[in-house]
Amino acid sequence: MQSEYDIVVVGGGPAGSVAARFASQMNVSVALFEKDGEIGIPVRCAEATSDMDLARLIEVKREWIANYITKARLFAPSGDFVEIHLPSRGIILHRRLFDSGLAEEAAKQGVAVFTKAFVSHVEFNSDLPVVTVNYCGESRQVRAKIVIAADGVESRVGRWAGIRTQTALKDIESCAQSLLGNIEVQLESIDFYFSSRWAPGGYAWVFPKGERVANVGLGVNCAKPLAKPPVALLNDFIEYQFPQGARLSTVAGGVPVAQALKQLVADNLLIVGDAARQANPVTGGGILAAVTAGKIAGQVAGEAIRCGNYQRNFLKKYQQEWIRTVGKDYARFYLLKEWMTSLTDQDLNDIANSLKKLSLEEINLLTVFRVALVNHPRLLFHALKLFASYS
Amino acid sequence: MIKVDLERCDLCGTCVAVCPPDCIELREHILYIVEELCTECGACVLVCPMQALQNLPAGEK
Repeated sequence: MQSEYDIVVVGGGPAGSVAARFASQMNVSVALFEKDGEIGIPVRCAEATSDMDLARLIEVKREWIANYITKARLFAPSGDFVEIHLPSRGIILHRRLFDSGLAEEAAKQGVAVFTKAFVSHVEFNSDLPVVTVNYCGESRQVRAKIVIAADGVESRVGRWAGIRTQTALKDIESCAQSLLGNIEVQLESIDFYFSSRWAPGGYAWVFPKGERVANVGLGVNCAKPLAKPPVALLNDFIEYQFPQGARLSTVAGGVPVAQALKQLVADNLLIVGDAARQANPVTGGGILAAVTAGKIAGQVAGEAIRCGNYQRNFLKKYQQEWIRTVGKDYARFYLLKEWMTSLTDQDLNDIANSLKKLSLEEINLLTVFRVALVNHPRLLFHALKLFASYS
Repeated sequence: MIKVDLERCDLCGTCVAVCPPDCIELREHILYIVEELCTECGACVLVCPMQALQNLPAGEK
């Protein structure tokens, strides 16, 4: 480990590895610090994304893909479901292979990758940031011109630069998930269960990874106190839905369903991925956002080093490009999420009932929203009030 | 006083994301609460997926 790099990336998830790779391609020195002993583990993710969208940003290797998805089924509390053809093909990733593959790619481009490297502090008040990293039990100081914070939902790097990254309880989903074996699955379908019984203020999911195996999990909103924590709700859901399922893994996690940080950059700092609260607020999907942000941030940081300008006014190119490509849409999705979390079980049943009358070809997410509002004036009123309050 | 039950904790860091005074530190194998900074607001208790955090009255362990 050198005592100085042009760029230090904190965190070895997709956002960090992609940022490190694209920065390194600009011929600058880059180190990546991952706190855990192995990149890609543990997998705190339902692993669904779109390979076409990913392929516009990076090369997607076939071995990273566990399963292809063509449709989604949305289950109402009554058990009625609405089937939706996905506008672009979905995939379920092997995140373990995906993450380690991305880190390998970064290493091939010259990034110095370190695992068991816990960043305990970054001092931003000096001339250049000083990163304190505990590497295999030994504390070291590493100087960098630019720090890229890709340290996940538990991010603290931004706070050390004076950016308030704390997320409101209503803007985070508290999640638990198991990899279930020996269960009946529809291989080509991802299933969502909306019901206050399983997942108040969120949803439960079944994302098949292969024959008779799926990620089964749920996320709940914690703004109101819960009768049971997510891990216990997941036990209930599995017991009811898949009593014969084998629990091959169990993980917990937090998913931001927030508006991205207003400030994604500061002098000598860029924040990417879950650390920047960039996940899709409706679905909670964060992979595509992380890779998008990582690529832009890496390129901008590399360019900044070559120009010798590490100030906020230069780095904000990343923020502008993020807003233009993804952020603008996600800001709208945030309003949709606020509306969705306000729906009662009765509302959801009514919407599913109205949608049953439509043919499959007519149904997409937009028609779901439109039918809900047209057929249920109370919901229309609520939506208008909500959208007006944000405009 | 907020106590973490490390047998329940999955080290997911959801509590860190919501902690207003930023008094929780997540390392590879441990979650650590800096008591001097903690205001006992309970946000971490509410958000924990594993019910690994508890707000105990002073004196209890």
